[in-house]
Amino acid sequence: MRTCLVVDDSRVIRKVARRILEDVGYEIAEAADGMEALAWCRAAMPDAILLDWNMPVMTGIEFLRRLRAEPGGDAPVVVFCTVENDPVHIKEALEAGANEYVMKPFDGDIIVEKFAEAGL
Amino acid sequence: MNAEEVAMAVSLTRARAGLRLAPEKTYFIESRLAPVARREGFESVSDLLAAIRARRDEALIWAAVEALAAGETCFFRDRTPFVLFKTELAPQLAAARRGRSVRIWSAACATGQEIYSLAMLADELAMEDPELQIELAASDLSGLALERAQSGLYDQFEIQRGLPIRRLVRYFEKVDDHWRICPEVRRRVRWRRINLVAGLKAIGRFDVVFCRYVLSSMTEEAQRKVAQELAGVLAEDGFLVLGLKESVAGLGEAFQPVVGRPGLYRRNPAFRAAAA
Repeated sequence: MRTCLVVDDSRVIRKVARRILEDVGYEIAEAADGMEALAWCRAAMPDAILLDWNMPVMTGIEFLRRLRAEPGGDAPVVVFCTVENDPVHIKEALEAGANEYVMKPFDGDIIVEKFAEAGL
Repeated sequence: MNAEEVAMAVSLTRARAGLRLAPEKTYFIESRLAPVARREGFESVSDLLAAIRARRDEALIWAAVEALAAGETCFFRDRTPFVLFKTELAPQLAAARRGRSVRIWSAACATGQEIYSLAMLADELAMEDPELQIELAASDLSGLALERAQSGLYDQFEIQRGLPIRRLVRYFEKVDDHWRICPEVRRRVRWRRINLVAGLKAIGRFDVVFCRYVLSSMTEEAQRKVAQELAGVLAEDGFLVLGLKESVAGLGEAFQPVVGRPGLYRRNPAFRAAAA
């Protein structure tokens, strides 16, 4: 089964994302900030990561930069999922190694389509 | 809405646009007509239909038909036909045209996502090969849809449907809560209001016609008529692109499917001989 790590400091968003992604066959792990997510990845690299931007402790963009520098850290497909919806943030995310980008608010179709777009 | 009103909406849509509307879809009909009624200053859908019956006002009739005919759309819908267009159809036709433009028509462009998807691909192809010239035309039955298409403005939900993020960043600019297609891509498209069942006189010749998820909602009679008209405007070596999951009984003699390429059709040479 494919695995997806959902990284968001909102428990509600994590729950919504979990439901959407479980429906299309993902096994879900959750992290509430970038540091927790990094610990998950070091233990077991997921196939995909749905990543919020603004979180306490470690932001999504910082996590992504660190992830891509880890051994095996270029493997997971990373889809940002954030309220940051200006071209400057989007470009920054892509340059840091994001594969796709979802702007909140989103719905289930958008998440599923963006995952497909990213080759999942 | 009572049964008589539903029947009237169904028959208007069939007569004007050749579309089959199931009378049992009362909820759909009402939900499409309610905004029209509001916009035109009526208390209810029933009042709108009563006014149409009494006055036979063309503008009002069309407002109703357009609302009932509007379909779903998104960027790069079904994905495969666009990959096919970029990697096979466009290069193949460009080679055959030897420096003349390849002409593309989005024949039911709705709010423009299909033609702008093709316009982005045309731009990408021109980057790789500046000789590869593509002309783009788009039409729709609905004046309202065309206006929106020409504006090139999409909200955050529309812009996230089917559009890869790299193309969003490259081809759109953010305008308040919306995203607008960049002028260079928008300028590539010529727009016209065309009702497919009213005949296709003097619209020119095309090499690829995208006519997706329209024919399958038409009556078989309308399907046959439109298919023949489309064959008439398509170059002999051109292609018709239907929806990937669309099956059209009335496509008849005019076209034959391209084997191994779902949704892709060529003109039937035998049919051309018969028509000549």
